[in-house]
Amino acid sequence: MPVQWVLLLSTFLFSVGVYGVLSRRNAVIVLMSIEVMLNAVNLNLVAFNTMLPSQRPVGQIFALFVIAIAAAELGVGLAIVLLVYRNRATVSINELNLMKW
Amino acid sequence: MANSWIIPVLPFVSFALIIFFGKRLRGKGAEVGIVAIAVSLVLSILVFFDTIRRIAAEPEFHGYERSVEWFRFGPGGFAVELGIKVDGLTAVMLLIVCAVSLLVHIYSTGYMKGDVRYTFYFAVLSLFTGSMLNLVMANNLLQLLVGWEGVGICSYLLIGHWWEEKANSDAAIKAFLTTRLGDVGFMFGIFVLFFAAGTFNIDDISGAVAAGAIPTGILTLGAVLLFCGAIGKSAQVPLHVWLPDAMAGPSPVSALIHAATMVVAGVYLVARMFEVFHASPVALSEVAIIGAITMVIAALLALVQDDIKRVLAYSTISQLAYMVAGLGVSAYTGAVFHIWTHAWFKALLFLGAGSVIHAVHSNNMSSMGGLRDKMPVTSATFIVGGLALAAFPPLAGFFSKDELVLGAYESGRHGSVLGWFVFLAMLVTAFLTACYVARMLALTFFGEAKYDSEHVHPHESPRSMTVPLVVLAVLSVAGGWIGLPGEANLFGKWVHFGEEHPAFNPLVMLASIAAAVGGFGVGWAIFRLGKVKFDILKTPFAWVYRLLQNKYYLDDIYMGLIVRPIRDQLAAFANWSNQRILDRTVDAAGIATLAMGNVAYRGVDQPLIDGAVNGVARLMGLAGAKLRFWQTGSVQRYAVALFIGVAGFVGAFVIARL
Repeated sequence: MPVQWVLLLSTFLFSVGVYGVLSRRNAVIVLMSIEVMLNAVNLNLVAFNTMLPSQRPVGQIFALFVIAIAAAELGVGLAIVLLVYRNRATVSINELNLMKW
Repeated sequence: MANSWIIPVLPFVSFALIIFFGKRLRGKGAEVGIVAIAVSLVLSILVFFDTIRRIAAEPEFHGYERSVEWFRFGPGGFAVELGIKVDGLTAVMLLIVCAVSLLVHIYSTGYMKGDVRYTFYFAVLSLFTGSMLNLVMANNLLQLLVGWEGVGICSYLLIGHWWEEKANSDAAIKAFLTTRLGDVGFMFGIFVLFFAAGTFNIDDISGAVAAGAIPTGILTLGAVLLFCGAIGKSAQVPLHVWLPDAMAGPSPVSALIHAATMVVAGVYLVARMFEVFHASPVALSEVAIIGAITMVIAALLALVQDDIKRVLAYSTISQLAYMVAGLGVSAYTGAVFHIWTHAWFKALLFLGAGSVIHAVHSNNMSSMGGLRDKMPVTSATFIVGGLALAAFPPLAGFFSKDELVLGAYESGRHGSVLGWFVFLAMLVTAFLTACYVARMLALTFFGEAKYDSEHVHPHESPRSMTVPLVVLAVLSVAGGWIGLPGEANLFGKWVHFGEEHPAFNPLVMLASIAAAVGGFGVGWAIFRLGKVKFDILKTPFAWVYRLLQNKYYLDDIYMGLIVRPIRDQLAAFANWSNQRILDRTVDAAGIATLAMGNVAYRGVDQPLIDGAVNGVARLMGLAGAKLRFWQTGSVQRYAVALFIGVAGFVGAFVIARL
């Protein structure tokens, strides 16, 4: 299976993630979209690993790192969203404009 | 004697102390001056006795001299010295200056009490005394000139002491400028003698003259120029006009400066440089003629004055002329002796007049009269002073005047026409002097009171004023006894020039007594007893009276011929050129600068520099106003920007690699 197919899939996933991050109002969905983008990156890492001359699974290990960090990141992100919800009774990103001018 | 230089230094120190610390002292500075002058007086007395001791011991004693180098004209050039010369003449002058100054200081503490510039007044008195002592002690002409100008400036300051009134400051300026006119001649005289003798030193010049090293023509020129200074300072015709106006100053100042010390500086100068004058018959004749003319016309003027101080001022001019004429006929001892006696009785008269003015608040004799009972001390001492001035024996003025008359007589007897002329002028003046003294005494202290008795209550002056009067009265009586005629003349041994003292001449003495008594009698008869009505005398001689009232129109002539052209024409031209040329130039420079400033302000500073600064600020403000809307607070918008940016960079990177 050529690498290109995998890369195309990865691109598609990344684009979906970007779209989700930029367009959805729900903070939880935004976090999920970020996960999608991270997975697209993981896929890329694994795919490019096949192109390396050495047979050691460097890409896979890197992907594992990313998954672990993504889990931690998601934990923190969901905790923030939970606290925002408790304080403001909403998880809509449009309402969260405290950084406004 | 070696340390006699301390005498003039003390008053200078006192001047500095008073002017810097005077106001903080309890006596407002007066005590510093009094102590300094008192010490100077004690030293002067010591120097005096030391001097006469040496004169008695050493027949060839020509004075003690000591000097240090003052400055040089360039490196290795001619050195001018700073030194003292003490001989009989100096010793006598030191006594006069210190004693009169001390008495005037004491008197002033009463007279000037509560004056606005009390401290400054005493400071200037100190400065004056120092300058005058420097003048009489100087061993060279340049140093003498410094003292000469010093006393001139002090005279100016003190005449104009009450400068709030225009007349007083005018009088000060007149005195200063008139004497300055003579000083120009004096300075040229110094230079002539310097170039002729090659030195400023008085003894060296005298030595050169005695040795005949200087041609008579140059000598005459130098002497005549020197005498110009004396004419100005000692108020001789034609520069006598300043002295009567100088009476605008406080009375003690008139006593010190314009009677006893500064005005005799001119006589002192001629006496000090007598070797020069003696060697030039022309100069000596000039001195005699000026003196003879001045003494008569000033005495006539004294006869018609109403202001008591002006009477005394003209009297001073007349008496100074006596000394000058005396020097002119080589009566050297008599002239200096007259300085000595005149200082006492004229200072007494001025201080007495001050006391009277203090009491009746007027200078005019027409508002005095009958003061004898109200002011016993003042009137008694004043009468003593007046009689001394009128040369009644045995008061001080008699002996010195007699000596001068005798000198003129001797000069005439030795075949000098000028001597007879001076002799005659002296007798006439003696007569007139006694006459105006009688008038002054009669109008001031006798007769009925003419002051405003409702507002003015004359009373005797305080002790600080009467004590100096009594001291001076004693000196006016006894001061002449050191110069008795004939062999007993002590003064002639101390101060003399060359030849022997003229022998006692009873005829001359009788003539001068007759003149004095006659003059006094006539004056007394007219003004006190009313035997001859003054008005009757006035009518046939109306023009004479008018001439005298107007001071021979000299003031008007000077005003019309000299002052007004200079003031109106020259000053107007100076003013015109000042206004038109100098001021215009300055104005133009100012205007141009202003215009340039405006251009710079409007054209450069405001639009460019300020514009740039303000513009940047405004641009930022505008930009901020617009750009802040980008900060929506919407995280997704930021994310869009982020992605666009990343995409842009990646795109650029990719394109760059292609």
